[in-house]
Amino acid sequence: MDKRSVYLDHQTTTPVLEEALQAMLPYFREVYGSPSSLHRFGLQVREGLKEARQKIAALINAESEEDLIFTSGGTESSNLAIKGFADANHRKGNHIVVSAIEHPSVMNSIEYLTKHGFEVSSVPVNAIGQINPEDVRAAITDKTILVCVHLVNHDIGTIQPVKEIGKITAEKGIALYCDALAAAGWMPIDVRDLGVQLLSFSPHRFYGPKGIGVLYRNRKARVTSHIHGGVQEGGRRAGTENVPAIIGAGVAAEVAIKEMSQRVEHVAMLQKRLYDGLWKHIKYIKLNGPVPGPLRICNTLNLSTEFIEGEGQLLLLDYQGIAVASGSSCVSKSLKVSHVLSAIQLDHALAQGNIIMSLGKDNTVEDVDYVIETFPKIVDKLRNMSPMWKEFEEGVIDSVIAPTGRGKSFTQHAADISGKPAH
Amino acid sequence: MKETKEYTLYNDTVMDHFLNPRNMGDVQEADGVGEVGAAACGDIMKISLKIRDGKIEDARFKTFGCGSAIASSSMATELIKGRTLEEAKNFSNQEVVDALGGLPPVKIHCSVLAEEALKAAIEDYEAKQAKVPVVA
Ligand code: FES
Repeated sequence: MDKRSVYLDHQTTTPVLEEALQAMLPYFREVYGSPSSLHRFGLQVREGLKEARQKIAALINAESEEDLIFTSGGTESSNLAIKGFADANHRKGNHIVVSAIEHPSVMNSIEYLTKHGFEVSSVPVNAIGQINPEDVRAAITDKTILVCVHLVNHDIGTIQPVKEIGKITAEKGIALYCDALAAAGWMPIDVRDLGVQLLSFSPHRFYGPKGIGVLYRNRKARVTSHIHGGVQEGGRRAGTENVPAIIGAGVAAEVAIKEMSQRVEHVAMLQKRLYDGLWKHIKYIKLNGPVPGPLRICNTLNLSTEFIEGEGQLLLLDYQGIAVASGSSCVSKSLKVSHVLSAIQLDHALAQGNIIMSLGKDNTVEDVDYVIETFPKIVDKLRNMSPMWKEFEEGVIDSVIAPTGRGKSFTQHAADISGKPAH
Repeated sequence: MKETKEYTLYNDTVMDHFLNPRNMGDVQEADGVGEVGAAACGDIMKISLKIRDGKIEDARFKTFGCGSAIASSSMATELIKGRTLEEAKNFSNQEVVDALGGLPPVKIHCSVLAEEALKAAIEDYEAKQAKVPVVA
């Protein structure tokens, strides 16, 4: 019998829509001109691109399709937004405000700027990963030129109060850049309502192809190009456009708008079912980020199972056909716990047991029930293997999720036996 | 998805020891127990030993850690059973890595954890021995 295959990593990437793929195919061999060319081959492509641009602009209610810059992906879009804006505006000030739980492409772009004379204020988040707009206000100085906050957290699914932050930046006359990577295609986005000047996202997160990123840039926000060459994308991003990918992204955006409400409804239903089922069958499990509802994006659950580590869970789930992600230090190449989990001050023991499940439109109730049936067995298997579980039962260490008052903390125990504190 | 090949994070030997760990558990009335933590990633490994006539008669492990840590502890306990204490004191993580057919570079420290847990268990045994009053 074939093993069931359940993909629960849609916040990492999604498969390309059939409609998008079909629309892309002619652009490889039949309509292959470069949009910069002046002959009919080029002009035909130019028209296709314009249509795609309009569809993508509609997804975020941009004023004009001319406000979009196509890049190679979400990462390049964040880099261009931050470094490009900083470069174009450094005479006005050298201070940037950023939340503590941004995507690495944002974090690392800003860190780069700190080596070139910029100063950064990092705004903390609360225990469910929310930014308080008043903290943003308090961090703004007369040198601040840019505020960077994401719309939805890529790890824990928290929806941020971007609109409230937008009011503050508007009041202060500062630009607001919003990374909408984890949000685009999964919730309505209106750049005018949010009050952002820059916003980026990546169509492969909502059934478009990889290799294409979008940066919305309001005319009021100046960005300097970082890829130098010809005059593509209004001179802001040189290089021949990835035409087939842009065409596919256009279709993905169009379908996302059309199917948004049913997609969200279906996925939110699965999210709730998965949450209820797992919490019913697994003890000592914690949700990271807000409970399913208005503060959380509809498609993800970020959880921590106590007394076991995340990579083992991921591998055993994969063995059973279920693909998930994890923010555990053992999973990361740097052996560091996800900075998002650190920022919400999740106990190290729980950060280690981290698993991220993100649902998609093609997941079914049967898929979710299979996960609910399979995952508790995996947790049991690993707990049986874990010294921490027995030590908890014997009262040597205590649970963080449901403290019994017996025994010391995991962190203390880990420090005692390794001679160094767990990070 | 049409799969002609199984894609796994680790090689077949590591996957086998991860999925079907050998010697998992605690030795009852162990003669030596070692529990150590990895400073790098925060994981924990425990090895318990039964020692008879200067030889490791039984070895069992419990691990809170990644797939390669579990596989390393499984392999380490397999390798050291039957060895003398002197041999076991010279045990090196490289032996585990080799027996597993290699680990990714970032995962070598997981095998070090197995070496350390074993050595901690032997130390524990020797410390206990030293405390046993010698009857004159
Ligand atoms: S034990 Fe943490 S990476 Fe292997």
